[in-house]
Amino acid sequence: MALVPAVTDIQQLKSHPAIARLLSWNEGAVEGVKFDRDEMTIYVAREAIREACALLRNDATCPFNYLSDVTCVDWYPSEPRFEVIYQLLSIPNKERVRLKVRLSGDNPALDSVTSVWVGANYFEREVFDLFGVRFNGHPYLRRILMPENWEGHPLRKDYPVEGYR
Amino acid sequence: MAHLTPTPALEPGQDKTMILNMGPQHPSTHGVLRLLLEIDGETVVRMMPDIGFLHTGIEKTCEAKFYHQVVPLTDRIDYLCPMTNNLCYALAVEKLLGLEIPPRAQWLRVMMNELTRINSHLVWLGTHALDLGAMTVFLYCFREREDILRLFEAISGQRMMTSYFRIGGVALQPPLDFFDRVRKFADRFPSRVDEYEGLLTGNPIWVMRTKGVAKISADDAIALGASGPTLRGSGVDIDLRRDMPYSGYENFKFKVPLGVEGDVFDRYMCRVRELRESIAIVQQALAGMPEGPVKANAPKVVLPDREKMKTEMEALIYHFKIVTEGFAVPEGEVYQAVESPRGEMGYYVVSDGSAKPYRVHMRSACLANMQALPKMCEGRLLADVVAAIGSIDIVLGEIDR
Repeated sequence: MALVPAVTDIQQLKSHPAIARLLSWNEGAVEGVKFDRDEMTIYVAREAIREACALLRNDATCPFNYLSDVTCVDWYPSEPRFEVIYQLLSIPNKERVRLKVRLSGDNPALDSVTSVWVGANYFEREVFDLFGVRFNGHPYLRRILMPENWEGHPLRKDYPVEGYR
Repeated sequence: MAHLTPTPALEPGQDKTMILNMGPQHPSTHGVLRLLLEIDGETVVRMMPDIGFLHTGIEKTCEAKFYHQVVPLTDRIDYLCPMTNNLCYALAVEKLLGLEIPPRAQWLRVMMNELTRINSHLVWLGTHALDLGAMTVFLYCFREREDILRLFEAISGQRMMTSYFRIGGVALQPPLDFFDRVRKFADRFPSRVDEYEGLLTGNPIWVMRTKGVAKISADDAIALGASGPTLRGSGVDIDLRRDMPYSGYENFKFKVPLGVEGDVFDRYMCRVRELRESIAIVQQALAGMPEGPVKANAPKVVLPDREKMKTEMEALIYHFKIVTEGFAVPEGEVYQAVESPRGEMGYYVVSDGSAKPYRVHMRSACLANMQALPKMCEGRLLADVVAAIGSIDIVLGEIDR
């Protein structure tokens, strides 16, 4: 199981059902792709994420109907600072795909996917709580793990591991 | 802290609803879960779970540790199935490293993982039955759980926080009589499951408390992100062990129990039948256990054997290097999901090429399953809330991390 270099050329990967579906809908929505360690990652434009999710969820041949996870990575101090990551699973086809949205560190916000999957609710609240990324259109965007009156977002890289004392 | 304000009365003169606080110190919430219930008489109108009381920032802590130092932290996320978490994390890092694991280690992992599943299901069955008033089952379940914990102690030195699976294999060769002890347990166990079923499955009180209670449809369960028995109880046929095999699960034959109605009883039946399937997997693992090493041949990643350290200089150097500096992991990201007793447990590990993980995120099955709880309970009686909580089998350590 030696490591093979990642494939990032969109021409080589455009036969993948999720990429093909997104490209046929809107070429501008796909900002990049990566196939690494048997896992497919699609970089989606910030404005397009909600519709891209709805499209993949309702696809006729390969519906990615299950949202496994939403999380975030902070690449401080580089820009774009945040990556919001969606792990999608196709229950009928047993396939996974990862969607990624890059966000700038300055007032990070993107559309909520709770209208596509109700279950995104807690995951997005967690990302909001720990990273301070806002989800527009979320029904109840409040802290979920930290106390309501907490200051700062602990999983950001500029937040010390021991916290502020 | 979550807030819940009563919905104003619809018509003048009509009684207002009441907000009832349940937990965080409530015996049937299985930990520190707080539920805000808006009730109209005995009927639950709205429910809002409030979590975070057990948040310890494990994801943040992981970022400050070497890769191998994260293993003991994964035990503590879900304290009822430590090995499942060990496995998921180890698989994720091994995938990042491109590391091949010897067959004996893979089979040991499968065997221990299934024993962990039985251990976890036994705690679930005991406490779930206790919540609904059947005390005997609890005592019986903990009797068998004790046997499993003794097996854990024999193989790893610890009863609960085992840390037995390491990056690149497992910690130690099992002791000499270990497989005989597991065989004895596996031979005895199916009759014990018969005992539990004799106490519950046909029991009219149990059936009345569980049949048709806290139903959830397959579409709702998928949309809410439920997984594991909570999803399969509604008839969705997915089990990651069978459908996306990891750690050699493709070599084992087992059935995936499914429910139909999606009520508490179906979820109960799914888990009880899983107990039987798990013990069948343990039997298969015992029958075909390969010989050989239990650690990958990767001296820069895997700690050397104690004996070698006393006789070989190189082993001592590698040990010193791994313990003091860790090992660098090639850049990349991996999402590894396994079927934990509660559902899809996923580890998302990002490496920036250094010796510490840049980001470790745990996808908690319980967190998603809990989102289904209000859907199950709203419009039903207050007493059914206890049955519903038990049926989704939550562990707050995993929800809050």
